Amino acid sequence: MSIKSLIVDPLIKSNPITLQILGICSALAVTVQLKNVFVMCAAVTVVVALANMGVSIIRNHVPSSVRIIVQMTIIASLVIIAEQFLKAYVYDQWKTMAVYVGLIITNCIVMGRTEAFGMKNGPIESFFDGIGNGLGYSIILIVVGFFRELFGSGKLFGMTIFELTKDGGWYQPNGLMLLPPSAFFLIGFIIWVIRTKDPSQVEE
Amino acid sequence: MSKQNETLKTITVAGLLCFVCSILVSVVVVTLRPQQAKNAELDMKKNILMSAGMIKDGDDIEAVFATVETMIVNIETGKKVEMDAKRYDQVAAIKDPAMNVKIPADKDVGGLSARSKYAKVYLKRDSAGAIETIILNVWGKGLWSTMYGFIALGPDTKTIKGFAYYSQGETPGLGGEVDNPNWKSQWVGKNLYDTDFNVAFAVNKGAVDKNHQLANYRVDGLSGATITGNGVTSSMKYWFGEHGYSKFLANVRAGEI
Repeated sequence: MSIKSLIVDPLIKSNPITLQILGICSALAVTVQLKNVFVMCAAVTVVVALANMGVSIIRNHVPSSVRIIVQMTIIASLVIIAEQFLKAYVYDQWKTMAVYVGLIITNCIVMGRTEAFGMKNGPIESFFDGIGNGLGYSIILIVVGFFRELFGSGKLFGMTIFELTKDGGWYQPNGLMLLPPSAFFLIGFIIWVIRTKDPSQVEE
Repeated sequence: MSKQNETLKTITVAGLLCFVCSILVSVVVVTLRPQQAKNAELDMKKNILMSAGMIKDGDDIEAVFATVETMIVNIETGKKVEMDAKRYDQVAAIKDPAMNVKIPADKDVGGLSARSKYAKVYLKRDSAGAIETIILNVWGKGLWSTMYGFIALGPDTKTIKGFAYYSQGETPGLGGEVDNPNWKSQWVGKNLYDTDFNVAFAVNKGAVDKNHQLANYRVDGLSGATITGNGVTSSMKYWFGEHGYSKFLANVRAGEI
């Protein structure tokens, strides 16, 4: 596979969230504000790319009996490192997301990619496969975060777009958008749009 | 490969991997720690200033904080003591046997069992040197967690100028509403003490009736969070009672600070 298709394919065609339905939990949890979405996406993309590459480098030396725990160890170490960086450089976002950063360890996308791709392919391909899947995850989160922040609090990146009624404006915010279930509806909607455009994704 | 060799290989791989990963993690943790400590300190300053309503988002925290005087006070005598305020952590001191004081059971309304011997107090003075705002660290038990916060008082030591928790783990949506800006804004202008300097402040049960004679000492209760509300009330009762900051505040009123 070419590097280009490794990066482009997971964006829409084999998107980890909308086709593989992985990583839904964090897609619900961190999408209230776009700022957090971007921090989360960056963290996940870096972790999945490096974990995939790390697993790929040692794939020929890992006995298959312990391969899952080996992958977990690599992923967990990378997540701790990512969290330490967030704590050092984007402290405010780290504080609001705290537990969800640690939960990247359990994000199915990361483990799914290391097991399905990193164990079978070379380090360079694995790295770009990780980047591609991280970006695929990011696209969906950004779209969801965009709608949730805009309709839930009338803002984008914390800047007011719709003046809220309680501040004397015209927009009555949609409270549902602030709650996790709204992300479910939005993701469902996105899946519907993608599968209408590309019927090959529809499951039998 | 023989079975024994395979086992040996598994253990070697696992051991090496753990070794490499632990080195990576510890190097990162150690090198980033100073930066994180700086962030945590800045965040604490922000909490202090936010509680008193002295800053808004985007203000230069360091610049505003530089106008605030930090002072260590012996809680029992209410007098200033010479100590390095930068290095003193009032919350950490509760666990240090040399720095803490057991709270007698009959005075322990907040259920805290021990407090620090010294308090870290933040004062904002006007240009003539008179105290404008006193910011004090308070904490108390809620339903699930210990809630840590700062309260800002006016120079009469009665009027609340602001209040905020900086750390709490109450139920989101119920007790967690202690972080709701609308609720916190009710505190501003309320009185902590009655005219005889007994603690009169409390979280009400339900909404406060504006015409009630005690309305000036009450904030609305949080629905579904009775125990959290009671915790807030009793922590105020403790911290501003005779075992808490009352001596220090009396000294402030007497102009001795």
